[in-house]
This record gives sequence, structure tokens and C-alpha cells, in this order.
Amino acid sequence: MPHAKLPRKSTHIDMTAMCDVAFLLLTFFMLATKFKPEEPVVVKTPSSISDIQLPDVDIMLLTVDTRGRIFFSIDNKIKRKELIEAVNYEKNLNLTEAEKNMFAIDASEGIPFSQLKSYLDASPEERKTMETNAPGIPVDTSVYAPNNDLATWIKNARNTNPRLRICIKADGDASYPSVQKIIKTLEGWKIFKFNLITNLKGVPPGTAAAEEAAAAKKG
Amino acid sequence: MAELDTSGGGHKKGPGVKKGKKLSTRIDLTPMVDLGFLLITFFMFTTTLAKPKTMEINMPYKDPSMKQEDQNKIKESVALTILLSKNHKIYYYEGMATDPTKPPDMKGTTFAAKNGIRDEIIAKKKNVDAMKQSGALGPKDQMTVLIKPDTTSTYGDLVNMLDEMNINDVRVYAIIDITDVDQEFIKATEIANGIK
Repeated sequence: MPHAKLPRKSTHIDMTAMCDVAFLLLTFFMLATKFKPEEPVVVKTPSSISDIQLPDVDIMLLTVDTRGRIFFSIDNKIKRKELIEAVNYEKNLNLTEAEKNMFAIDASEGIPFSQLKSYLDASPEERKTMETNAPGIPVDTSVYAPNNDLATWIKNARNTNPRLRICIKADGDASYPSVQKIIKTLEGWKIFKFNLITNLKGVPPGTAAAEEAAAAKKG
Repeated sequence: MAELDTSGGGHKKGPGVKKGKKLSTRIDLTPMVDLGFLLITFFMFTTTLAKPKTMEINMPYKDPSMKQEDQNKIKESVALTILLSKNHKIYYYEGMATDPTKPPDMKGTTFAAKNGIRDEIIAKKKNVDAMKQSGALGPKDQMTVLIKPDTTSTYGDLVNMLDEMNINDVRVYAIIDITDVDQEFIKATEIANGIK
């Protein structure tokens, strides 16, 4: 039987277009990504249904780990420099210009004022070990307590940048009294509005919040 | 496209001109696409994970010059006091236990989705709404939750509790320091229930 000869077609697909798309998307994601800033300690935040985005700038971050150690950081490099100048003046730390610059580029602090100078003076490796073994910033329930270092940090940071939004990023297993002391300190400076950083979790069905979300979707 | 025009220029192909073997300049782009998508996946996952969410919290305004009688304005009937204790346990009672002669009826519960504190909050809310309907409470009265975390509780408990407030649409709530009286209540309840 004579077969009708089918012309053989190549199975080769031109990948160029696909490649273009892939790299276009890649470029977009690379430019849009903002990597997590280096964190002094691993903190597992509790979850909540709140979905308010954390702003990118003007943030004061107070990190609390499971052991209740407090780490303090603000985001802007120039403001950090201003902050250390102010703190240096208030606490008579006698920091050199190099040490102040070191503070400006550092990420976060968990060192009491008494050790701050030696911490900023140390080599990067030493500083890293000091950071992991850091005792955390001392805090007290009263802002006027002489050892309430956190109160001094907060006061001066707010002086350098009044728009600072205060965020507490505490571990879910951190004991309540350690967080309570921070809240008391904030209240001492008449700060009654602040943010708690949480993970996002789903709204449980059948509750008031779930109904509200459904109504918002409809309307 | 990816191919290049490899046909020789416009010069004549005479009998003396040797024909060079034509090599294909077509490159297989599949591995490159693979790589591209692999990186995209990586960046997609890192971006979504790096965005933290926050919960806004307003503490009640405190001023040392504020008078005592201005502070306690909540009615007993709209209040629900919740005590956060160790091992993520919750104790709660109706009212604020301001009368020392009448110890509150304290009950224990957990954060469980079923038969946990959520059900109690919803029940209390309904109760307050019913009282509003019947006229026992004014239209401005709102259910108020007093959260008193004990020193043995964790920050996670507090956030869970605040989250319950959001979930159940409780508008008025406050975080208050635990009193010695409340701590004694917890101890008494623990002993009564055989918890050490």
C-alpha cells in the first residue's frame, strides 16, 4: 500500500522568547527584593491576623529574644550617627570619631553603655562574638532609673528623628515581664502607640473578623 | 532571533572557491531558561518571606496627674477580666473583682479554637448586646476586656490575646498590670483544680 509521506517537522522550539521572559522577570524580582537586614538573634515572632505592612523607613526596632535580651536598632545611617553623637554627649562615653562611624554602619546594639566603647573598638570578629554573647540593653520599669539604658536610647533616637515608628519584635517565648519593662519605658516617654511585629495567620472562620473581611470583599 | 545569517556574503561562488562547511550557530537555550526560572523562584520566595506584618497597639493614656476617679469608669457588667498564666493557661472571670468581699467565679481555659477563650468572649459579647437591647445598659456601653498578664506568661500569650480581640471585634480592651489579689486568685484556682 502506498503511504502518503508526511513531511517530518522539527520538534525544536525556539527558546529565545521564553528566555527573554524568564530574565525579564528575574530582573524585576532582583530589583524588587529587599533582603532582610542582619539580625543579632533569631526571633520567632508570634502570629496574628493583623496584615498592616511594616513601613520601610523611620523604624526603631526593639528585638527581644527568648532569654529576654533586648537589642536596639534604627534604620538610617545618618540618623545613627546623630544618635551616637547625642548619646555620647549625654552619657560621657568619650567615643572617638572612628568609633562613632563604626556605630553608624553597625546593624543593632545589645550592649550596655559601660561596654559600648570597647565593643565599637573591637575588630569585626570580636564584635560578632560580643554580639552573640551580648547581655542585651538594660531596661527598667521607670525611665528615670539610672540603669535604664533603653530609655536613653529611645529618648535620643526620637530627638534625632521624631517620625520614628517604634516596633517591638519579640519572640513568642520571651517572658512577659521583659516585654512589660519595654512597654513601661515607652509609657514613661508618653509613647502609647507602637507596633508589634507578628507573622500573618489566617482569620479563623465564623468569627467577627472573618465576617468583616467577607463584607469588605463584597462591598 | 537566535540564528545568525550564515549564508556567505554577496560574492560569487565560482568553481575555484572552496565551499566551507556550514556550522549551525543555533544554541540550545533550554538550560539557560531553566536557570532563569530557578533564580526567579528563589527571588519570589525570598521576597514574600521577608515582608513582616505588624499589629498596631494603643496603650491607654497614663498620666500621673490623672485623678483616680477618672480612670475607673467601666461598669462591672460589661467587663471581662482575663488573666494570662503559665503554660499558656488562661483564667477569666466576669467583672473586675473590685469588691474584695465577693471573690469572683474564676474559670480556667486555653487558647484552643474550640471551647477556648474565644467562645467565652463571644458569649460575653452577646450577653452585653442583650443587656443593651433590654435597656439595662446605655447605648454607649461597650464590652470591655481587661487583660492582665501574670509574670509567668509569655509575650506570645499576650499577642494571642490581643489577636483574639481583633478576631472577635472587641473594641475596648486594655493591658493592665496584674494585682496581688489576682495572683492569689490564680493560686487558689490552681490548688482547687489540682494544678501544681
